[in-house]
Amino acid sequence: MRTFVRILMGLVVLGGVALLAFIAIPVQRSGPVQALPADWRPEPGQGEYAMRIADCAACHTAPDGRQFAGGREINSPVGIIVSPNITPDDETGIGTWSLEDFRAALYDGVKPDGTHLYPAMPYENYRKLTEEDVRALYHYFMDEVEPIRNAIKPSDLPFPFDQRWGLRAWKWVALQDDPGFRPSTDDPVLARGEYLVEGPGHCNACHGPRDLVMAQDALDVTQDAFLSGGEIDGWTAPALRGPNSAIGDWSAEDIGMILATGRNAHAAINGEMQLVVRDSTQFMTEEDLYAISSLLVSLNGGPDPAERPKNDTETEALIASADPGMPLGARLYIDNCNACHFADGLGADEVFPELAGNALVTADSPTGLISMILAGSELPSTPIRPYALRMPGFADRLTDAEVAALATFVRQGWTNTAGPVAESAVSDLRGETKTEVE
Amino acid sequence: MARTDPKKDVVIVGLGWTGSIMGIELAKEGLDILALERGPDRSTVPDFKYPDVIDELEYGIRFGFMQKPRNSTITVRRTLDEQAQPMRRLGSFLPGDGVGGAGIHWNGQTWRPMENEYRLRSYVEEEFGADTIPEGMTIQDWGVTAEELEPFYDRFEYMAGISGQAGNINGEIIEGGNPFEAPRSRDYPLPPLKQTVDALMFQDAAKAMGYHPFPRPAANASEAWTNEYGMQLGPCNFCGFCERYGCINYSKSSPQTCILDALKRYPNFAYRTNSEVLKVDMADDGQTATGVTYWDEAAQEQVTQPADLVILAAYQLHNVHLMLLSGIGEPYNPATGEGVTGKNYSYQLIGGTTLFYKDVEFNPFAASGSSGISIDDFAINQIDFAEEGFIGGSYITAGASNGQPIRGISLPEGTPEWGAGWKQGIGDWYGHSMSIGSHGSNLSYRDCYLDLDPTYTDPHGRPLMRLTFDWKQNDIRMTQFMRTKIEEIARSMNPDSWQSSYESEGARYDVRPYQTTHNVGGSIMGTDPDTSAVNRYLQAWDKHNVFVLGAGAFPQNIQYNPTGAVGALAYWAARAIREDYLPNPRPLV
Repeated sequence: MRTFVRILMGLVVLGGVALLAFIAIPVQRSGPVQALPADWRPEPGQGEYAMRIADCAACHTAPDGRQFAGGREINSPVGIIVSPNITPDDETGIGTWSLEDFRAALYDGVKPDGTHLYPAMPYENYRKLTEEDVRALYHYFMDEVEPIRNAIKPSDLPFPFDQRWGLRAWKWVALQDDPGFRPSTDDPVLARGEYLVEGPGHCNACHGPRDLVMAQDALDVTQDAFLSGGEIDGWTAPALRGPNSAIGDWSAEDIGMILATGRNAHAAINGEMQLVVRDSTQFMTEEDLYAISSLLVSLNGGPDPAERPKNDTETEALIASADPGMPLGARLYIDNCNACHFADGLGADEVFPELAGNALVTADSPTGLISMILAGSELPSTPIRPYALRMPGFADRLTDAEVAALATFVRQGWTNTAGPVAESAVSDLRGETKTEVE
Repeated sequence: MARTDPKKDVVIVGLGWTGSIMGIELAKEGLDILALERGPDRSTVPDFKYPDVIDELEYGIRFGFMQKPRNSTITVRRTLDEQAQPMRRLGSFLPGDGVGGAGIHWNGQTWRPMENEYRLRSYVEEEFGADTIPEGMTIQDWGVTAEELEPFYDRFEYMAGISGQAGNINGEIIEGGNPFEAPRSRDYPLPPLKQTVDALMFQDAAKAMGYHPFPRPAANASEAWTNEYGMQLGPCNFCGFCERYGCINYSKSSPQTCILDALKRYPNFAYRTNSEVLKVDMADDGQTATGVTYWDEAAQEQVTQPADLVILAAYQLHNVHLMLLSGIGEPYNPATGEGVTGKNYSYQLIGGTTLFYKDVEFNPFAASGSSGISIDDFAINQIDFAEEGFIGGSYITAGASNGQPIRGISLPEGTPEWGAGWKQGIGDWYGHSMSIGSHGSNLSYRDCYLDLDPTYTDPHGRPLMRLTFDWKQNDIRMTQFMRTKIEEIARSMNPDSWQSSYESEGARYDVRPYQTTHNVGGSIMGTDPDTSAVNRYLQAWDKHNVFVLGAGAFPQNIQYNPTGAVGALAYWAARAIREDYLPNPRPLV
């Protein structure tokens, strides 16, 4: 018995020491993946462009706040995470960080003091950045961004998620590959597309599923789960490949257009994607947009999108009948939606999105659709499509039951076959929706 | 309280169609621009949001988007010996206010004048002799030609996404279009709108009589459209709420749908709302303007805004008012015929015949602002003025623009105007009538003009502007001529009954009932500084850094709705400023 107690005590001590070591011993930080001369400096504009393709602005800028000064609240599944100030202010920003510190934040998710960053910072993806982009970003933030003194209050997550040391274990699972980007193809255009999508663009952070511990299921295009759809803040980030792909019949031009302008012949962006277009993709070069579009087309079975058949549907016939006895959902559609989206549910190119086959409409979770009906949405103004087109909200006009009936109607109208929407789902969201590009 | 703000390169007075066009064209040059709009800001959402703006009482009857007479009005008289009275409620015409101006609440008819309308005096003298022009008629040539302006009409129509059918492309007559129009370089950007029953019935009748019906050119998009600035229109859904309303649907061409979000992206462009310009400030030598003085409503103070270039882009009446208040051009004197500013105010003469059909369902609630069918067989270039005894012309047209309940229901003569009989009439006749209209020219006369009122002042203490205007026999003859033509068509369409409304011999101008908002003249363009206020580039003759846009430039009214010409002239002036004036600021003529 005494022996057993001794062994147990010994194990407890050992475990305690191991835990202390786990918490206290610094994490090994990744070095550069390519060798660049010490005096390497980005070309004029290169740093800013790297910032655009990595979309640092969207998360590190608060609504109505100054750019990169942090303070944006990110609604994660474990609680609200507040983005830090990444301007080069010595006390409240990253002014004292070395290049090695900066790289470790991007690659390993650790701050100079060893604190682990929450994976709202997409270091799973930024781990693929080239050294040139890391250096370009570093010099951009250090040399071109004005320091702003703006102390951010730390994220206030509930136990156990406030114990950041636990993230060390999480990273053992999530960050298994070495840093650096490894293309799956010899085609330079597709390889560039893979780099942008997997690395700086961190598309899969929203458009990909996450596993039990909330790590991204897949981190490169060779895995079917990559870009196969995810959820952010209750809104579905649609699948960009596979059987449920929202862009299965889109051409490279369609994809390039929506990234450059937030709109194309089929759809308009919504939810968090508004920030992505506002702060990132609209600034991409035509070459980079083409690279991403080409890659996404190839992930959807090649560059031969079939013309979408414009079938006459029962839904269209029902709406066109103008029968006063038609069901509530159809009547509400005529009274509220038909003016723009029309009886065929196909809207008008680049102005009124298609509802038939629309990823937001047919998403498993109706959150995005309900939010859209209640509060509307606004497109960002971009150089080639400057109009901040805005759909009004209908919250002041429709009851929860009516919104549910309308949402159910459009989810099941035309060729759509999504599930019905409960009134309670509308009640839960009313008053909590946001719409505008701030 | 007063302040002086830092100097700008350009100050633009008014942010409607012409201010927006000039704003974006000059913003491209990198100039530092401030636009001053006296009304509020307006956007499709929330200001024209569905369904809130579909409110006939608020916007159709109570003029929600129009200027408020308590802030800005004019005095009106018909003859030189009458005492002008302030207009206390809008009636005959409805100037807008706010960002977008009247460009948000028009119906969208977008025409080009006939070739001979730009050189009307020369045309009449050459074709019919100078003695055809009656005593007191002061018609003039514009100083520009249809050919010169063609590229600028083209530019405006493609910018605004006009739906229509060309009738004459580079001299080739196109079946289905207007064969009498001036040659255009290409077709409209969008196909014509679909037509409603009334328009189709008129089309058939007109064709049967040997006329040449064609679809009205419409600023209501028939399809999605993206313009040169990347701005977008969605297809019109025939909601029936166009004139007097902002468009719920991004379908009606307006500064909002066609220009403003693109313009706002220029860091060198800024605009201020609720900022009414009180006068244009002049240099001591009187040769140039130094900027403007405006009232900043938010700050409750007068602001001196220096600028190198002043663009008057307010509504025609307000441009002329500012010119009179600021000493731009010699004020016109009807006693001597001398002076230029305020000269040749003219209006529009319209009339119509309503046809009632018990058994036809017109469904007028499904309507677009400018869908419809017209004929130009009695246009100003088709009429023998010597033989008919008048100078002028009209297009004749059918196509309901709305079926709104308060203003949109015609009742047969004899129906009671209130009570149970009226209700019965509404029930019997809503949706059972159509009308055929004449939209005719109105010429300019020695005693129809604008000047400063000697009695009444506005809230800023400035004299109100006085309008002196009456109908003249020449134009009454024109409208009566059109009546005979329209009634002939109406009879051929076999209605159950019909009734006409045209100004007749001896009619006096009545400022109370709505007619049109097509007020023109007062800052007329021309080739002679003694007879026109601005030169052919809309540059003030006597203040070379002041340009005056808008329908005030028309020396007499055309037979068409003015916006097409207003837009083309704005692009024409913008080109002159960009390519000719800015490199070397000076009088361009």
